[in-house]
Amino acid sequence: MGEYWYIRPGLEESVNGFFSAQPEADMALESQIPEKDFNQAGKGSAEVKNLLKRLGVNPGILRRVAVAAYEAEINVAAHSLGGTMMCRIYDEFIHIIFKDMGPGIADIEQAMTPGYSTADEMVRELGFGAGLGLPNIKKNSDALHIHSERGNPTLLEFLIYFMSDE
Amino acid sequence: MKLKEIVAILDGEVLLPEVDLEMEVPCAFSSDLISDILMCTKEPTLLLTGLTNNQVIRLCDMIDIVGIVFVRGKRPLQEIIDMARERNIPLICTNYTMYRSSGLLFNAGLRSCKI
Ligand SMILES: Nc1ncnc2c1ncn2[C@@H]1O[C@H](COP(=O)(O)OP(=O)(O)OP(=O)(O)O)[C@@H](O)[C@H]1O
Ligand SMILES: [Mg+2]
Repeated sequence: MGEYWYIRPGLEESVNGFFSAQPEADMALESQIPEKDFNQAGKGSAEVKNLLKRLGVNPGILRRVAVAAYEAEINVAAHSLGGTMMCRIYDEFIHIIFKDMGPGIADIEQAMTPGYSTADEMVRELGFGAGLGLPNIKKNSDALHIHSERGNPTLLEFLIYFMSDE
Repeated sequence: MKLKEIVAILDGEVLLPEVDLEMEVPCAFSSDLISDILMCTKEPTLLLTGLTNNQVIRLCDMIDIVGIVFVRGKRPLQEIIDMARERNIPLICTNYTMYRSSGLLFNAGLRSCKI
C-alpha cells in the first residue's frame, strides 16, 4: 500500500489539525477530468485560479495554486482513466482533492523522483512526460498527501496557505 | 527589449496583427516540456517553444507568459491562434531553431528568466 505525506516544516500542527477535524469549507468547486481529453484538461485549474483572484488572493499564491492544480489535473487526464477535482476554500488556505478511477501508482517514491515518467507517446508529443509534475506539486504546496497502489484509484490532495511566502 | 525588436531579430511573423509591438519583454525561457516551463517561469516571460498544441495556451492561464515564439517553422492551428487572441497573448513564428533564436535574443540583451 502506498501512502505519501509532505508537510512544509513549521506547519505540522495546523495541517494535522485540519486533516483530523476536516471542517466544512466556506466555498467549494468541483470539476470532471475525462481521460486523455486535452481540450478540456486545465480548464478546472484556470477556473479555480480565477475564483481565488476574485477573492483577492495575492499573485504569488495564485501562481502556486494554479501550477500545482494544473499538474495534478494533467496527471489525472494523462495517466488515469479519468477522475474529479474538488476544491474547498477556507479562510486561510485552499484544499484541492483529485480522485481518479485508477490504475494507480505502484511506487509513489519512485513517481516523485524528478525525471521518472511513464507517459505514453501521445502524451509526450503534447509536451508532457518530463517527470517533473509531482515534484512541482510538492514544491508549490504547503502540504501534499498521495494515497495509491497498483490496480486502484489514486487520491492526491494538497493544501496551500494564502499567507505563506515560499 | 521591445516585442518589435524580437520580431526583427528572429525575422519573425506576427500571427495576431492587433498585438502591441511596442510592448516591453523583460526576459525569456526556451523549452518543449510543459512541466519545465511551469517550474521555471516565475515572472513575466517570453516563451520560445516548438509546441503548438492548446496546452501551450492553457499554460498562459496558470503563469505569466507575455508572448510565445514558435520556433523551427512550426505554426499553430487557427483554433490555437483564436485561444491566444482571447487572452491577448502575442504569437510569433520564426524559421530559426530554438538554439539559434535563443542565442540571437540573448546576444541582443534579452536576459534569461530567473529560475
Ligand atoms: N493520477 C495518476 N495515476 C496513475 N499514475 C500516475 C498519476 N499521477 C502520476 N502518475 C505516475 O507518476 C509518474 C510521474 O508523474 P509526474 O507528474 O511527476 O511526471 P509525468 O506526468 O510523467 O511528466 P510531467 O508531469 O513532467 O509532464 C507518471 O509518469 C505516472 O507513471
Ligand atoms: Mg505529470
